[in-house]
Amino acid sequence: MNISIVKYNAGNTQSVAFALDRLGIRYLITDVPEEIQRADKVIFPGVGEASSTMKYLRDKKLDNVIVNLKQPVLGICLGMQLLCRHSDENNTTCLGVFDESVQKFTPTSQYKVPHTGWNSLTSVNGWVDPFLQNQLVYFVHSYYVPVNRFTTATTEYTVPFSAAMKKNNFYAVQFHPEKSAGTGEKILKIFLSSSV
Amino acid sequence: MLTRRIIPCLDIKDGRTVKGINFVQLRDAGDPVELAAAYANQGADELVFLDISATAEKRKTLNNLVKKIAARINIPFTVGGGIRSINDVAPLLEAGADKVSVNTSVVEKPELINELAKEFGSQFVVLAIDARKMDNQWIVHTHGGQIPTEKKLFSWAKEAHNRGAGEILFTSMDHDGTKNGFAIDPLQKLNQLLPIPVIASGGAGHPVHFAEAFLSGRADAALAASVFHFGEIKIPELKLFLKSNQIPVRL
Repeated sequence: MNISIVKYNAGNTQSVAFALDRLGIRYLITDVPEEIQRADKVIFPGVGEASSTMKYLRDKKLDNVIVNLKQPVLGICLGMQLLCRHSDENNTTCLGVFDESVQKFTPTSQYKVPHTGWNSLTSVNGWVDPFLQNQLVYFVHSYYVPVNRFTTATTEYTVPFSAAMKKNNFYAVQFHPEKSAGTGEKILKIFLSSSV
Repeated sequence: MLTRRIIPCLDIKDGRTVKGINFVQLRDAGDPVELAAAYANQGADELVFLDISATAEKRKTLNNLVKKIAARINIPFTVGGGIRSINDVAPLLEAGADKVSVNTSVVEKPELINELAKEFGSQFVVLAIDARKMDNQWIVHTHGGQIPTEKKLFSWAKEAHNRGAGEILFTSMDHDGTKNGFAIDPLQKLNQLLPIPVIASGGAGHPVHFAEAFLSGRADAALAASVFHFGEIKIPELKLFLKSNQIPVRL
């Protein structure tokens, strides 16, 4: 199997690569359109800020490459948010695979922002194995995708939000499977064994 | 439900863990990677590595170590010690660190917090504060707690949040090493004051102390070193105790 990890100006590419190493999976970290298009599966990671990363993707003409992919694609954290239509983070127009708008958490006395730490997956259906209902995964983010028709798992923090989504060949998770111990590894394996 | 985090802290010098470490079943307890893996297996939620030897010429050793840790460990970890500029941070991020903690350098140059948050995101920037109560004021200390500064704990924490810090790691120097419990009052106040997560540090000696930090201090996470290193508190038992006190934890 031929995996490409999209290389761009966002953090945690290396962490995702290490997670695949631990699973014994080979991959290519690349920003070359042909290498991304040719892969059996594509991982679109990301930690960072929406507008600067979108600008980078457009400058490198990776925006069109990503939205037109036909093989399974996994967006992680910022990667998931960039797959949406718009982000409130610096009022950014994103890739638009999911017709959803990314919003900011409102901190309260009970809820700190960023949402940082291990939180549980609920209402799990679709591609994230229902066996993983109530399992804890690691989050660190200030923006979230509201629950929508593409949501396949939710997590609650001030409101229920999308922990995982799927539309056609596009898979997405808000949490970090590469940092979520055994549960995260299971989720990566599910994606890696998926077909469209 | 978001769980409270338990964070072992490893002090690193020249690429090796320091402080007495009493771990059985480890081939090499001085190897930070082995120790980190052991903690991850026991259920640690995150790890903090503080390079106490960090000097310019040793940064390369640290960067290599971070890479080895990231390759092995499947939970988040923070790296701190001797970070003075954006140029020190980028290699750590590239090597696989999830967060960096900054202390002395940002007291001397607070704008560095803004720069780091802008470049890498707030979630990447942990402000470590070492403070001690003097004349009824919590005074911030730098250089590993050796030098008192003009800064006061609460106003400095607030300023750091405004500048873009994503998390505060507060160590009470008065409590550190005593094993008499965390500094609950200032923790409580920090948590009321700040909309970002606060990690309690300094004073852990008994599982009850962790429960107090979470229930009374309202801390989001609690950090300790020696009680874990010496096996006085075992993470699985600590978490079961916290759970039995209705504190949400990852088991």
